[in-house]
Parts: sequence; C-alpha cells; structure tokens
Amino acid sequence: MVAPLIDIQDISFEYEETKALDHISMKVEEGDFLAILGPNGSGKSTLLKIMLGLIKPSKGKIELFGVDSKNFKNREWIGYVSQKSNSFNSGFPATVKEVVAGGLAKKTGLFHRLPKTTHQQVVEALEAVSMEPFIDRSISELSGGQQQRIFIARALIAKPKVLILDEPTVGIDHENVQAFYDMLARLNQDKNITMVLVTHDVDTVTDRITHVACLNQTIHFHGYKEQLHTMSDEKREAWYGHSVRKIHHIGGSHT
Amino acid sequence: MIEAIFSYEFLQNAFAAGLIIGVIAPLLGVFIVVRRLSLIADALSHVTLAGIAGSLYLSQSVASLALLNPLFLGIAASVGGSMLIERLRSLYKHYQELAIPIILSAGIGFGAIFISLAEGFSSDLFGYLFGSVSAVSREDLFIVVGVAVIVLAFVFIFFKELFVLSFDDEYARASGLPAKWIHFMFMIVTALVIAGSMRIVGILLVSSLMTIPVATAMRVTKSFKQTIFLSIVFGEISVITGLVSAFYLDLAPGGTIVVTSIFLLLLVLAYKKIKVSRKKGAIA
Repeated sequence: MVAPLIDIQDISFEYEETKALDHISMKVEEGDFLAILGPNGSGKSTLLKIMLGLIKPSKGKIELFGVDSKNFKNREWIGYVSQKSNSFNSGFPATVKEVVAGGLAKKTGLFHRLPKTTHQQVVEALEAVSMEPFIDRSISELSGGQQQRIFIARALIAKPKVLILDEPTVGIDHENVQAFYDMLARLNQDKNITMVLVTHDVDTVTDRITHVACLNQTIHFHGYKEQLHTMSDEKREAWYGHSVRKIHHIGGSHT
Repeated sequence: MIEAIFSYEFLQNAFAAGLIIGVIAPLLGVFIVVRRLSLIADALSHVTLAGIAGSLYLSQSVASLALLNPLFLGIAASVGGSMLIERLRSLYKHYQELAIPIILSAGIGFGAIFISLAEGFSSDLFGYLFGSVSAVSREDLFIVVGVAVIVLAFVFIFFKELFVLSFDDEYARASGLPAKWIHFMFMIVTALVIAGSMRIVGILLVSSLMTIPVATAMRVTKSFKQTIFLSIVFGEISVITGLVSAFYLDLAPGGTIVVTSIFLLLLVLAYKKIKVSRKKGAIA
C-alpha cells in the first residue's frame, strides 16, 4: 500500500500558553485537492507551517511520503505558496525569471550552480501558469494576482508532488480569484499535483476541491466534500460557532 | 596623480584597497539593502570602533602589543558584534530592531571609554573615523585582500541561496534551504567587510558605501544581477573620484567618497524624474 503523502499523527501545538492545535490527526493522499477551512485563529496556518517544517509541534509527529518529517530530505517534493502580503519585499529588484529560477535552489543543491537548462525550465513553469510573456518583467511591476501565479511557477519548477498554499488569494480581486482556482484545479488534474490549501474563499473553491478539513484547534470533519453534510449540527457549531449558515455548495447543503 | 601612485607605496596601498572595497562593499550591500538590514551595518561599524579604540589603547599601554594592527581587534569586535545582534534578535523576536540601538550604543560606549583612557591617538583615530589616504599599510592591504577573497568566494558559492533567502525568507526555510546557517555566515562576512573597508572609508561612513551605491542602482535596474553590477560601478566611481579628490584637496577620503556617492544618487534621481515627466508628457 502506498504511504500517504502527508500523515499527521496526533499533533498538538501551543503559542506560549494559548492552545493552537489539539490532537490533530489527518492524512493527505496522492491526488487530493484538500481545502482546510476554519474561522480566524483556528490554527489553519499553524497546521500548514507544521507540515512544512517551519515550526515544530509540541506533541505528535508527521510523516512525509512515509518518512518521519525529522528525517525527510526531499523538501523539493513539497511546493509552498504563502500569503502574498507577508511573504516578500514588494520593491525587490528582480525579474520574473530570477524569482522562478530561485525555486530550483534546493533541488540543485549547495555548492552547485543552477543547471544550463534553467531557462527552459523557467519557461515551462511559467507556461503552466500562463505567465510566459512576463519572463523578463520586474516582479514589482506585476499585480497581486500575477505575482501569486509567479510564486506558483516558482514552486512548480522543482516538480513538486504536493503544493501547499496559505490563503493564496488574499489581495487578489474577485474575477482573478476564479481564474486562479481554475488553474490550481488544472494542475491537480492534469499534472497530478496534490493540493493542500487554506482559504476563506469557500464559495469559490468548492467546485474545484475533492476533500475538506474543518479545523478549529481540532479537526471537526475531514473527508470527501460530498460527505460534509453528514457532519452533525453540534459539530458544525463547535467548528464555526453560531454564525455558521447552511448553503448548498459543499456536498449539497453546507457551511 | 598616476606618477605619484607609482612613486609612493602608501598611495598604491590606498588605491588598491579602495578599488577592492569598491567591489566588495556594494556587492554585499545589495543583499544588506534588499534584506532591510542597512542599519545593522551601521551598528557593526560602531562596534568595530570599539575594537579599534581598544586595540590602540592596548598598543599604548602593553609594550608587547605595540605593533598589533588595530584592524585585527576591529575585525574580532565586528564579528563578535554580529553574533550578539543575532542573539538579541532571537531574544526580542517581536522587537528585532532593538538589537541595533543596543549594539550601536554599546560600540560607541566602549569606544568612548577606550578613547578617553588612552589620550593622544587623536590623529590615528581621525583616520579610523573618516578614512585616510596615507595611513593604509601593506599589512592593511593584505587584510583587505584576504577579506575580499572570503567575500567573493562566499557570494559566488552561495549566490542562489542568498538570493532566495533575500527575496523570501519564509519560502527559503520552507523549501529546506539551510537559511539559518547561511544567514549566520552572511552576518560574519558583513562584519569582515565593514572592518576591512573602514581603513579607507572610515568607521562612521563605511555603511554608506554599502548602501548608497545600491540605493542609486535600484532606481534604474529591474533585475537582481543588474543591480549588483551597477552598484559596483557606482561604488567604484565613488571610491576613485573620492580618493583622487581627497589626495589633491587633502581631505578625509571617507567624506569625499560618500559625498561623491550622494552626488551620483542625486544625478540618478534627477534622471529618473526627467524620464518619468517626459513619459507623462508623451502620453498626454
């Protein structure tokens, strides 16, 4: 049996005294398009950061591709796209080509120069996100949506098996958000890249995803989106509080 | 001037050291500026002052240390300061900029104590504060060459990692690059450049040679490599013009180098303004 790409086993995490994650267990299988949903402060970004090895859990462990994350060496298999706003210095003097080529740094290895095929690989990664004509433009000249596509290309150039995205559409206008999720769905289906996504765009994302995880310190639901309607009212209220309303997007009747 | 360079060893030393510093200070300065660490360079230069002043005091009061080159203790203080800054930045995670005034004032504080303890090295000290054309010894030049070899090797070997780390620190860590280790080496190399550059530019002005040419280049470039190239060009123009004018006008080279670099910055800003207003005019 193939090991899950990400296997979270009984993870807990606290920020000083405040509990952020409480005994989380969850598996992400190959080909999944998982959206992690939850209110502000529910621990979504913390969970992603633990998956990425940016922070260490206080309890529990994570296996990546069947290997304990502490011993996992192939970090280039996991692509990461963060929130645009907290990530980079927007006046940075670099071209799109330089930024995307940076995605090859880990794969190329320390003490090695980037390969001669870098230009071709940058072109292919940019083609996958329909940004090839922008290759020589300065990154700071692009709109928020265009920049996020460039960051997807930077992740894609290392040919990742999983793409982890932390609220990637923050600061992108509504029309471009639709196109952005369409592009992620294409990458998921055509290139078989597993997607793990934290988002607030529930209405927009539901048509594209396969799985949902409802998080609020603990996992209240994790499974196929079509099964979400099996979540009890009590659980739904515990997950999102009293303000949660039913709509008919996910699995026929929820969130 | 050229004749004088061939005739006097001190001028050869000053120009050779100046030309090397004109490359390494802006080269490392590009990374310092884009990582928003410009003020750290200032803090480290003041710590170097403490090391230099301490060394000058020791060479006066301990006979066996009379011939000690103050640059060595300056380098040691600067490297030690860079490690302390990192320690303070991790202690004050939410107030990381606090490390800069703490280290900067500690540097000046210790410097002031050593200067007042050892009265009588004011002429030496003036050279260290604002640079000197005449005071660069052959040993100083060798130290600058040594620092340059380390800096160039570091940037050449770790260029792609430094670029990714500078552009997006969180992404660098998430992609598994040894970000912490590279940052640590970066801070040490920065300390070396500051200590190595201050013989020519002076402690008080060394950070400006790392930042002003970069600020100038960033106004007219769009790629990272172009920014590095133009920063070095602006750095070299400033150093050469500054050293020549310092020699002829008998001024401190730190002052003439920095004023030249400011002049270049103003020229580029004016050029950009004219270009933008012409573009607007053409559209209208």
